[in-house]
Amino acid sequence: MNLSREWLSDYTKITVSDKEFCDGMTMSGSKVEGCGRTGEGIRNVVAGKVTFMNPHPDSDHLWVCKVDVGQSRELTIVTGAQNVSVNDLVPVALDGSTLPGGTEIHTGRLRGVVSEGMLCSLGELGLDTHDYPYAIEDGIFIMREPCEPGQDIREVLGLTDSVVEFEITNNRPDCLSVIGLAREAAATFGAEFTAREPVVHGCGDSDRIENYLSIEIRDPALCPRYTARMVKNIRIEPSPAWLRRRLRASGIRPINNIVDITNYVMQEYGQPMHAFDYSCVGGSRIVVRRAENGESLMTLDGNNRNLTENMLVIADAEKPIGVAGVMGGGNSEIVDETRTIVFESANFNGTSIRKTAIALGMRTDASSKFEKGLDPEGTVPAVQRACELVELLNAGDVIDGMIDVVAAPAKEKTVMLEPERINALLGTRFTREYMVAVLEKLGFVMRGDEVVVPSWRSDIEHYADLAEEVARFYGYDVIEPTMFRGETAQGGWSEKQAFENRVTSLCRAMGFNEILTYSFGSRSAWDKIRLPGDSPLRNALVIQNPLGEDRSVMRTTPMPSMMDVLATNAARRSPVVRFYEMATVYLPRENDRLADEPVWLTLGAYGGGVDFFRLKGCVEAILRDMRIENVRWEADENNPSFHPGRCAAIRAGGRLIGTLGQVHPLVCDAYGVEAGTYYAQLDIPAMRAIQSPEKTFVPLPRFPAVERDIAIVCAADIPVAALEDTITAAGGPYLESVALFDVYTGEPIPAGQKSAAFSLTLRAADQTLTEEHAAGTVNAILAALAEQHGAVSDSTPRQRRILKT
Amino acid sequence: MEEKLRQLREESLQAIRSADALDALDALRVKYLGKKGELTAVLKQMGTLSAEARPVMGQLANQIREELTEAVETARASLSEKALELRLAAEKTDVTMPGLPVRIGRRHPLNKVIGEAKEIFIGMGFTIAEGPEVELSDYNFTRLNTAEGHPARDRQDTFYFDDDDEVLLRTQTSPVQVRVMETQPLPIRIISPGRVYRKDEVDATHSPMFHQIEGLVVDEGITFADLKGTLNELVRRLYGPDTKTRFRPHHFPFTEPSCEVDVQCFECGGRGCRVCKGEGWIELLGAGMVHPRVLEGCGIDTRKYSGFAFGVGAERMAMFRFGISDLRLMFENDTRFLEQF
Repeated sequence: MNLSREWLSDYTKITVSDKEFCDGMTMSGSKVEGCGRTGEGIRNVVAGKVTFMNPHPDSDHLWVCKVDVGQSRELTIVTGAQNVSVNDLVPVALDGSTLPGGTEIHTGRLRGVVSEGMLCSLGELGLDTHDYPYAIEDGIFIMREPCEPGQDIREVLGLTDSVVEFEITNNRPDCLSVIGLAREAAATFGAEFTAREPVVHGCGDSDRIENYLSIEIRDPALCPRYTARMVKNIRIEPSPAWLRRRLRASGIRPINNIVDITNYVMQEYGQPMHAFDYSCVGGSRIVVRRAENGESLMTLDGNNRNLTENMLVIADAEKPIGVAGVMGGGNSEIVDETRTIVFESANFNGTSIRKTAIALGMRTDASSKFEKGLDPEGTVPAVQRACELVELLNAGDVIDGMIDVVAAPAKEKTVMLEPERINALLGTRFTREYMVAVLEKLGFVMRGDEVVVPSWRSDIEHYADLAEEVARFYGYDVIEPTMFRGETAQGGWSEKQAFENRVTSLCRAMGFNEILTYSFGSRSAWDKIRLPGDSPLRNALVIQNPLGEDRSVMRTTPMPSMMDVLATNAARRSPVVRFYEMATVYLPRENDRLADEPVWLTLGAYGGGVDFFRLKGCVEAILRDMRIENVRWEADENNPSFHPGRCAAIRAGGRLIGTLGQVHPLVCDAYGVEAGTYYAQLDIPAMRAIQSPEKTFVPLPRFPAVERDIAIVCAADIPVAALEDTITAAGGPYLESVALFDVYTGEPIPAGQKSAAFSLTLRAADQTLTEEHAAGTVNAILAALAEQHGAVSDSTPRQRRILKT
Repeated sequence: MEEKLRQLREESLQAIRSADALDALDALRVKYLGKKGELTAVLKQMGTLSAEARPVMGQLANQIREELTEAVETARASLSEKALELRLAAEKTDVTMPGLPVRIGRRHPLNKVIGEAKEIFIGMGFTIAEGPEVELSDYNFTRLNTAEGHPARDRQDTFYFDDDDEVLLRTQTSPVQVRVMETQPLPIRIISPGRVYRKDEVDATHSPMFHQIEGLVVDEGITFADLKGTLNELVRRLYGPDTKTRFRPHHFPFTEPSCEVDVQCFECGGRGCRVCKGEGWIELLGAGMVHPRVLEGCGIDTRKYSGFAFGVGAERMAMFRFGISDLRLMFENDTRFLEQF
């Protein structure tokens, strides 16, 4: 909403500077987005009178003019325009002047003749023929405005207004008007608000509107009120300068007197108006009804619109002549030949207008006002004002009488004024009198303890609404801040939040950077990670109105998000990356329309020598720190997203808690990442469910441990975990721990066999172990390994690599 | 014999004192003091002495042995010290060379800011509430006083999962507040940070998914003045004790009175600059007193209880905080970006 301060002054006299005006309005709730002045950018341009003209001695089209600019000496100015004559009043840009767009004008020579400035066209002043219809587009602006040579051109053309741009919140459509803002401004600055009632004389002949027109509302819910007046003997002309200027300052292009009047009234009263050519209203009837399916209408913008029964139209006896509240029809447009018009000033249901405008893909000034819900009492003053302007502009003869169909009468709204409750809500101590004074200034009326809400304030319903009115004119900023009291509350992290915080801290400690990715993705991601066609993870929540296929399904697996980020970084040539994410997935529920939203921890890495065991070490560290015990790592050859020989299912507490592996080469190809890419995911809720209780203290051992290393040769496909299980079971009471430290295949170990070496720690709680005890334990272990796995002792001496320290 | 001993003493003392290495010193010790050493050799001739002379010579010999032993120890100490000095000198390291790298991962800038806000509110006695992102429009709109037909419900603004517009991706974290008010005993002090979704195409300032931090306090006697005090405290803890705030009237469907909170521009101190677009203030938060209709919808007696709520966009906070100019960077997750924070 652009407000002309000059226009505002018709209703309230506010004398403060633009800066103070903008600050004051912002702080009382009408947020100012910007402020400018008309004629901004024009400097040092004055009115001049051409006193003498000669052809340029050295040119066949230039003129050398003498121009009186009110100074003691006349200026010499060269112009190429052919429409200038002696005695013309013209805008003159003096030496050192500026024009809109920043052009500077200086004294210079044109083909040897000194030119001390420039004569200006409309365009050079930032204007066009809509502003001055008597002027021509290409040529010097020959002014008909009364002025004296030397007078500042901004003064001559009335370009001295301030224009304030407001951002009006949706609940205040009444402020989308000069009058609405005037009421706010008067209350903000303690000025008088002057309401005025339009005065229409009419023709005074016996002709009445009823002789011309009848109006029927068929859908009172969508059109509570429809008001019309008519004007005959229309004289289409340009509007006067003052009116054109006000429209221009408000950002509206002047067209002709009748169109300008409807726009002027909309700007001033906030009530959209429409004018029909009466000769096009078939059957002398206006019917406000829903469109019939299959009906169509060519709107004023020249587009053919297909209408549906959900849209309200203005129709004559046979056909639609306008889309209600959105745009008129081309079939009833005002044209040069129009003799008689109908002014429409109606009230429509906001939601209906908005949905129609969206469905037709045309939001107009009118529809954007209607959709916020306008004052049903606003139709009569607006149509009266339009007729008043018709008479003022002598644009036609207003036919006596008005048709005002009230299909659904508006109810008076009242709210109890409860001063204590308002003060309790605000933390203030305003008197009842103060509250009443603020409310009355805004047009509220007191009736005992009841506040009668003005018809244009559809937003006021509760004591809290009244509290806001009082507070915003007192000043939100002036209310003294306090800290709330009440019993001391114990804030803090929930167990779940603390768990997740701890996990992410561990990831960072191990060098992983946190990523954040979108919760939705594409179905094609399932194919990229080679999810089987019948995977339950392909059962996803689908967004009905997505921003493209790429963001159309809620993710059911966190893997594609991580792969996307790895791919982005690979494409940008980052050689080493380590990422983690706490990624929520969204799983449809059977009996409920909401989703299960569990969180996964994902880890992704490539480069820097990452391999299966490095990533596994990280995951083991996390599991150990989070007290997830008895973790089983099982080879998973059937997970299609991973290298079949390098994928582990991670199990604990009888459930799958995660997966880790080298990403399948085909998946890597699909994402364009290197084959050495590793990924792990951990099910956070599952981990929480099986987290062991906090450890209690175990006394430190009092007796020394005995270390024994054993090496065995067994079939290569026996998992180390199985060997460890056997060792643990056979180790008896003295075996404290077992740790693999080498696995070897190749010469001299026979093909199909491997050598595995374990370090055993033996200890007794109550004595120093003897050689005999130790040997007994080791022998029992070797015997069990031999029996269960056919393992034999490996005595081949060789350098062993140390896996664990 | 005495002459021999004295000679030996002179010779050996001189040799020991001039020894220049520990092994040489050891050799000298063996040579003079060892079992087959020269001093022992001299003493072996004691038998040839008279009975009177023997104790005298014995005493002299012991004296010399002690003297020599002491000389060896003194020489050893000084040689050890010298050897240590040499070794340390040889081990000199260029301490200006970099340490072996240890990678510490970084928190995402957005979660860094959200984490800070959480800590601040936990310190003020708040707990952190969570709720579903796939939400019912009843909770996302209706119970928040956003009736059927409100523009925010349009399919061009909100993502829906069904044809009846009943299940959606929450457009705000406020439905969590409703769920808390419906289920938790009063008083309530929560913040509800989380992901929210609106149908905006991705550009430098828009994303179809972003993060909000919302707060809610409901108790007896909660006032608008308390709202001001609490948010001033938050802003001061986030941006420093001298940060100035400005409370402007605004409109939200689920609060009344409502306000927006601006902070004075960090860049220009309120004079107006490029960062604040000449206004001197930067819009930070939306807030207000919980609308009576929302409270009553949750079964809370508005004659006894009142509350305030506030919300802030986490992306906006993070972008200001770190001077990030393009929102897209947040969700691209370029490792070179992430490692800056």
